[in-house]
Amino acid sequence: MTTALQGNDAAQHISEAVPQSILSVEENLIFVSADAIVSICEFLKSDSRYAFDFLEAISAVDMIDHFQVVYHLLSLSLNQTLVLKIQLYGRDDLSLPSISGVWKAADFQEREIYDLNGITFVDHPNMKRILTWDGFDGHPLRKDFL
Amino acid sequence: MPLNTEPILLNLGPHHPSTHGVFRLRLIMDGEIIEDAEPVMGYMHRGSEKLAEERTYTQIITLTDRLDWLSGMSNNLAYVRTVEKLSDVEVPERAQYIRVISVELMRIASHCMALGFLINDLGAFATPLMYMFREREKILDLLEMLCGARITFSYMRIGGISHDLPEEFLPALRDFVDQMPKHIDEYDELLTKNEIIQTRAKGQGLLSAQNAVDFGVTGPNLRASGVKWDLRKSDPYEVYDRFEFDIPVGDHGDNYDRYWVRLQEMRESLKIISQAMEQIPGGLTRANVPFFVHPPAGEAYSHIEAPKGHLGFYIVSDGTISPWRCKIRSPSFINLGALASMIIGSKLADVVVTFGSLDTILGEVDR
Repeated sequence: MTTALQGNDAAQHISEAVPQSILSVEENLIFVSADAIVSICEFLKSDSRYAFDFLEAISAVDMIDHFQVVYHLLSLSLNQTLVLKIQLYGRDDLSLPSISGVWKAADFQEREIYDLNGITFVDHPNMKRILTWDGFDGHPLRKDFL
Repeated sequence: MPLNTEPILLNLGPHHPSTHGVFRLRLIMDGEIIEDAEPVMGYMHRGSEKLAEERTYTQIITLTDRLDWLSGMSNNLAYVRTVEKLSDVEVPERAQYIRVISVELMRIASHCMALGFLINDLGAFATPLMYMFREREKILDLLEMLCGARITFSYMRIGGISHDLPEEFLPALRDFVDQMPKHIDEYDELLTKNEIIQTRAKGQGLLSAQNAVDFGVTGPNLRASGVKWDLRKSDPYEVYDRFEFDIPVGDHGDNYDRYWVRLQEMRESLKIISQAMEQIPGGLTRANVPFFVHPPAGEAYSHIEAPKGHLGFYIVSDGTISPWRCKIRSPSFINLGALASMIIGSKLADVVVTFGSLDTILGEVDR
């Protein structure tokens, strides 16, 4: 069975490796600061206790006053999961560091989030729309679209 | 006089002959060699995730049928399992067995099509494909007995399934399980040692294990690269932990291994189905859930091993009768991320084969 890691333990290890990156912790998920996401992901991928070699999914949720970007991580070697969350306040010019340098799987998924939710990923190799066409107006999965 | 060559831009598609859907590849070619490739998608974007936000939880089941149209049952299952996780519903055992039988049938049908179209892409136009259509037809007949539909099933319900098995289903399924191994042997005989397949598929479209994991590739494509990972074993859902079956694994991660793994998986699915038929208990087929399902506010992520790979749903509920957000993690979309790295350096004629061997369904890519 896949184990869902306890947020508290993981948060402690992460904050030792990347200081001041944890904002708060719920049962199986950790709220992290946007600036630290790349270092956190690098730590979780390389540390032998976590070995998160596989990025399952990145999702973005429009919560009206803020956006949540949710990273579902999976370790194939240790068979465990962890969820990281970032909260982005505001609606215009939202941006996040890209983690496509850590997992290549992030490439298409970040483009999808940019396309449908309008969050730009900095340092992404090919930041453009993927499901709608270039020149499309708006970001369909925002709650104020339609 | 030296011969000047310059790279040319070639557009492959958007209409692709192999009917996986509408897909376009922008290729930079040096003669016949691919120098760079960029997949362009979105021609079939129907906004399934946005539509889901305006439908009730039960209505969304019909949207999931249309993601990967070759495996509607698996899509149904991935979705209803997430809602069940969110609202903490216990599914009756009989329903779990029927679910397993129907998704394993679906897997065989989906792999039949994956192999058939791969062989089609290899140049064996339509003949081997017709063999596989023949068996898929039998599976669709069986699934039609369950729910009356052949492609867009909407058979699963939150908390169970829509109808119990009809009387004639189990005998018909028994016939199918008895006959199918012969047909798989037939494919094996016709195709596995075939010289054209050996020469065109072996060593082409290489995907190393490390790259496959890094790109998030899942399903038979990941296993063909030598990674023994199958959610049915590593994180058993429904009643998969009660069955004995193997996970076929390839060595090289080339087009041939992806073909071979799928062929073997059909045999394993048959093993699961025949064990499930023996073990299936009586009882209810649906848990007691309200007509308008309204899970408590919260979120859930759950995934299953669909024929193409990890099919996951991430649902955020605000406590009403429709989800606040319904994200679909579709295997084909993420598997496509690895395509460019697999075809760079190969010849144009092999691009079609490599793309076919990934078993991509564009309905699921574009959603």
